[in-house]
Parts: sequence; structure tokens; C-alpha cells
Amino acid sequence: MANTIISFEAVDKRYGDTIALNDINFELEQGKFYTLLGPSGCGKTTILRILAGFTSATSGEIKFKGQKINNLPANKRKVNTVFQDYALFPHLNVFDNVAFGLSLRKVPKAEIRRRVLEALRLVQLTGYDDREIAELSGGQQQRVAIARAIVNEPEVLLLDEPLSALDAKLRTAMQVELRQLQRRLGITFLFVTHDQGEALAMSDEIFVMNNGKILQQGNPVDIYDEPINHFVADFIGESNIVKGKMVKDYLVSFVGKQFECADAGMRPNEPVEIVLRPEDLVLTDVTKGKLTVTVDTQVFRGNIYEIMSHDSANNQWLIHAVHKATIGQKVGISFGPEDVHVMRFGESEEEFDARLETYEGEEE
Amino acid sequence: MKRFNPAYSFLYILWIVLFVIAPLVLIVYQSFFDISGHLTLANYQAYFGSGTYLKMTLNSIWYALLITLLTLLISYPTAYWLNQTKNKQLWLLLIILPTWINLLLKAYAFIGILSQNGSVNHFLTFVGIGPQQLLFTNASFIFVAAYIEIPFMILPIFNAIDELNPSFVNASRDLGATNWQTFSKVIFPLTINGVKAGVQAVFIPSLSLFMLTRLIGGNKVITLGTAIEEHFLVTQNWGMGSTIGVVLIVAMVIIMFVTGERRKKGRKGE
Repeated sequence: MANTIISFEAVDKRYGDTIALNDINFELEQGKFYTLLGPSGCGKTTILRILAGFTSATSGEIKFKGQKINNLPANKRKVNTVFQDYALFPHLNVFDNVAFGLSLRKVPKAEIRRRVLEALRLVQLTGYDDREIAELSGGQQQRVAIARAIVNEPEVLLLDEPLSALDAKLRTAMQVELRQLQRRLGITFLFVTHDQGEALAMSDEIFVMNNGKILQQGNPVDIYDEPINHFVADFIGESNIVKGKMVKDYLVSFVGKQFECADAGMRPNEPVEIVLRPEDLVLTDVTKGKLTVTVDTQVFRGNIYEIMSHDSANNQWLIHAVHKATIGQKVGISFGPEDVHVMRFGESEEEFDARLETYEGEEE
Repeated sequence: MKRFNPAYSFLYILWIVLFVIAPLVLIVYQSFFDISGHLTLANYQAYFGSGTYLKMTLNSIWYALLITLLTLLISYPTAYWLNQTKNKQLWLLLIILPTWINLLLKAYAFIGILSQNGSVNHFLTFVGIGPQQLLFTNASFIFVAAYIEIPFMILPIFNAIDELNPSFVNASRDLGATNWQTFSKVIFPLTINGVKAGVQAVFIPSLSLFMLTRLIGGNKVITLGTAIEEHFLVTQNWGMGSTIGVVLIVAMVIIMFVTGERRKKGRKGE
């Protein structure tokens, strides 16, 4: 790729016997918003720390614009970090915090002033330059941390769960702001989070991680619609996962019935897992439904009803319905062939992509 | 919420009255009497009017400064290094351990080490330099005093560094600071309170050191502490001794004020 800015090649990280990162390979392009998504301890922060230069990889190569930077100290890298706890210097005020990087580089005073005020304007903190850090709210501190990083005009901005300390409403607002900021600045963002909603809302590209591995990479829609395995399906959004069998191409059987689906390229009668998203399930009459379930609980969420139900084989089904159901009642649920997502056991991302190409090509 | 039982504060108040307030009042009271028991300001006149006392005061301050500075120069890097070690609590304990031994015992041990027939001179003879006068020199006095005070300086600095959030260091490096810039612009300013506490804990007691001045310094350095001891025990001029005591107390208050934590100034224009 012509505008690849960062690449990881076969990067491993071990702490004694524990493997923090296992054969990590990825490339980041200039000007995109990337997210590393995974549960805590999956290694996503380790990737960030290796990229920032706070820790080094056990093996493998980290490249910045094609140059190996494994041994480049943190202070020489053209990346800046927004820390989870912001790490704003408490002995300096807002202006001096933001000016920290510039004053180290002996930038002329007038230019520092201009750039710091500009950065504060970008994060909507105009007029806060002479405040002390302790006087600021969490959201304001978070913006100062961003301003402090972007004022140095880094080529890549690393963000380590920067929104996790904010309350829900502010978090949503900051998601939009961050995304807008990234578009305006046009620099690469690498964002680390365990919040799948955040990842889906902000990213151009998501890397889903677990146990030191990248499981799946793709844009939010692909990852949501075509989860590669049980973990990804379960981690990204809510899902109903049941065991099934691939009868033949475009025909799958689960809970004792056969259904049309949009997947192909597997062995006949191969055991698989089926994902059905709760919002794809439509409540209907028992006679019209493809499956019959009994409603167990129902929770009103404002925009939807969250309905827990079970079928005759005791599989749990979560349904997001627009209309209310009655607890204890039998209802039918229907779904289209496109809503049935088939996952093979132990399929890697490359195999998945290769298989997809074999039959998606035929259709076009 | 449980209400605080005022009976519990009784012991504290008793302690403060008996061992803090009463002695202070007594010292101030005594300082206004001359040797024959007449109420007078003569002690203060003598103190501020005589070159001897003023020189002694300057001497005390000068040596206390030297001791504090030497202690700080050794303690800061040590505390910093201790923090990087794996079993930092153990190493810290080893440094604190000597404070459990009586000061006099340590002073006598140094007499043995530094004397004409001591182990240091044995070593100097062995390497061909020959025996030197080590004991009863100003240098040995400062050295031993610093040795004794070092744990009191290391402890608060160690704690300050220990409490320092490591992401501040990462943030500084991330923003392009070299190791030295990180130290001078982030680590040191953020641990300055530990340094201040250490300076308080070392400088003030150093002002009134008296045993060491005699045992190690050979009475070449007469500090205020020595003067107080002489007045109370030798010349029996309790009034003058108390006056010097009052001066020391005022000095402490000044030091505490200078090194004390000041409130950060608020936002401008509000």
C-alpha cells in the first residue's frame, strides 16, 4: 500500500512465560481511524505501548513509513499518546501542559502561543489556558490531553481508552467529537477500547483482539455482519449463537430445521455455529414464524423491547422487538436468509476471506 | 455516621499540653530570667549583641546547610534508584535499619572507625598513603552527621517517587522529552514535596546537633545545640540556654514556613 504509515510484522511480546502478543501483523494507512477492540488483558494496550515506545517487542518488526523503529526511543517517535488517565502534569496549568512538547523543541514563544491556543480551540477549550488541571472536569481534562497530543502535529495519534472515565452521555458526545477531529486533522488515529459500541461508532477499521491475537479485521459493518467466530460474534453486539450443520451450499440446519442462508463454500454436513442478531429477529404469529419460542422475560429499553425467550430445545433467544409481547405466550420468529450468519470452527481470517471470494464472485 | 467520642481526644490533648505546650511556655518563660533569677531582656540583648552567639548561629546554619545538601545529593539518586529495584521495600528497610540503633552507639562506632588506629587509617597505611587525622575534623563531622540523617531524607523522597504516577514519565517521553528533561521538568517538580519534607527532617535537627560536634567534630564546630547543652549543664545559665532554644524554635518555624506547601494560586481574573 502506498500510504501505509505503520506496520507490525510478526510481532510477539512475552513477559516471562506469559504471551501478551502472539504473531501480530497489521498495517495502518494514513488518515484513517483504527480501533483495537478486545476485553481487558487481550493485548491491545500492549500494542499501543510498543508503538509509542514505552515497551519493546520480544520479536518482530515495527515499521514507521517503512523504517524499522523497534529501537527508536519514545521521545524520537512521531506518535503521540492520549493516556487512559490523561497523565496531565498537575504542576503545570492547561497552557503549559499543552505547550510542553513544543517548548522542549525550542519552538519560538509566539509560535507556541499561537499553536497552543489553536489546539485548545480545536478541542473547544478556548479561554481555559490559565486554568489549573485540578480545576477541570473529567471531560475537560480529556480534551486537554488530546490538545496536548495534537499540538505536536503527530502523524499518528494513539488513544488508550480515553473515554472510559467519562459518564455515558459525555462519552457519546466525545465519540462524535473525536471522529470529527480526526477527519479535520486528517491524521491516523489508533484507538484502544473494550467498548464495542464505541468501536462501531467511530472506526474506519476495527481489529478485534483476544488472548494476544488479532481475530478479525474489517470495517464496522463487516465485523458486525460477518463475525468470524463465536468470540467475535459474542463480543460485538448481542447475538444468539446456536450449533448447526451446513447441509449444503446456501442451506443450513439448526434446532432441527433447515433454513436458507447466504453462506457457501463449506464441506457438506460440516458442523458450524449460527449467529442471529436480536434485531434481525421479527416477532410474528406462530404459524408464520420460522421458529416457535416461548417468551420468558421482557424489558422495555425505550426504543425497543428486549425479549428473552426459549425454544422447544431450550435454546435461549434474545429478540429486540418494536412491539410488545406477552410473557408466557408462544410466538413465532422470522428472519431472512441474509440474517443467518454461519461461522466455521477454527477458521482464520484469511481462510474466511478466501472462501468468501470463491462464491461471491459467482454471483456478480 | 458514628459520632466521635470526645473522651478519645483526652490522651492527645494531655500529650500536647504536657509535652508540647508546657515545655514551650517554660522555655519562653525561662528565657526572660538571668542567672540570678531576675526578670530581664538581657539574654536576648546578649544573644543579638554578641559576635560569639551570632557567629555560632551562622556556624550552625552553615553546617546544617552543608549536611542537608550532602544528604540530599546522596538521598535523591538513592531513593530514585531504590524505586527501580525489584525488592524496593527490602532495600528501603536496610537503609532504615541503622536508625534503630542509638545515635551515641553509632557515634562511638565512628570514633573507632576514624581514629588514628581505626580501620580507615589501617587501610590508608596499607595502600601507602599513611595515617591521616580524620577524627575531630569538620569533614568527619559533616560526614557522620550526613550518615545519620540520610534515612530521614531518603524516606520522604522515596515515598514521593513511589507515589509518582508512571504515566507522567511516559507522557513526558511521549511528548519528546529526553531522560534529563523528563527528570528536571516532570519527576523533580512532582516529587519536590518529598524533598521539602526531607529537608525539614534533616535541616532542623542538624541545627541543634551537639553530641556529634564533640565526639566526632572535637568541639571545633560549636553549634547552637552545643551552646544549649553547655548553658544548662555546665554554666547553669538556664535563661541563656532557653533564649537560644527560643531562637531555634523560631528558626524551625521559619524553615517550616519556607519549605511548607503553599496553596497554588487560583485562576487569574476571578
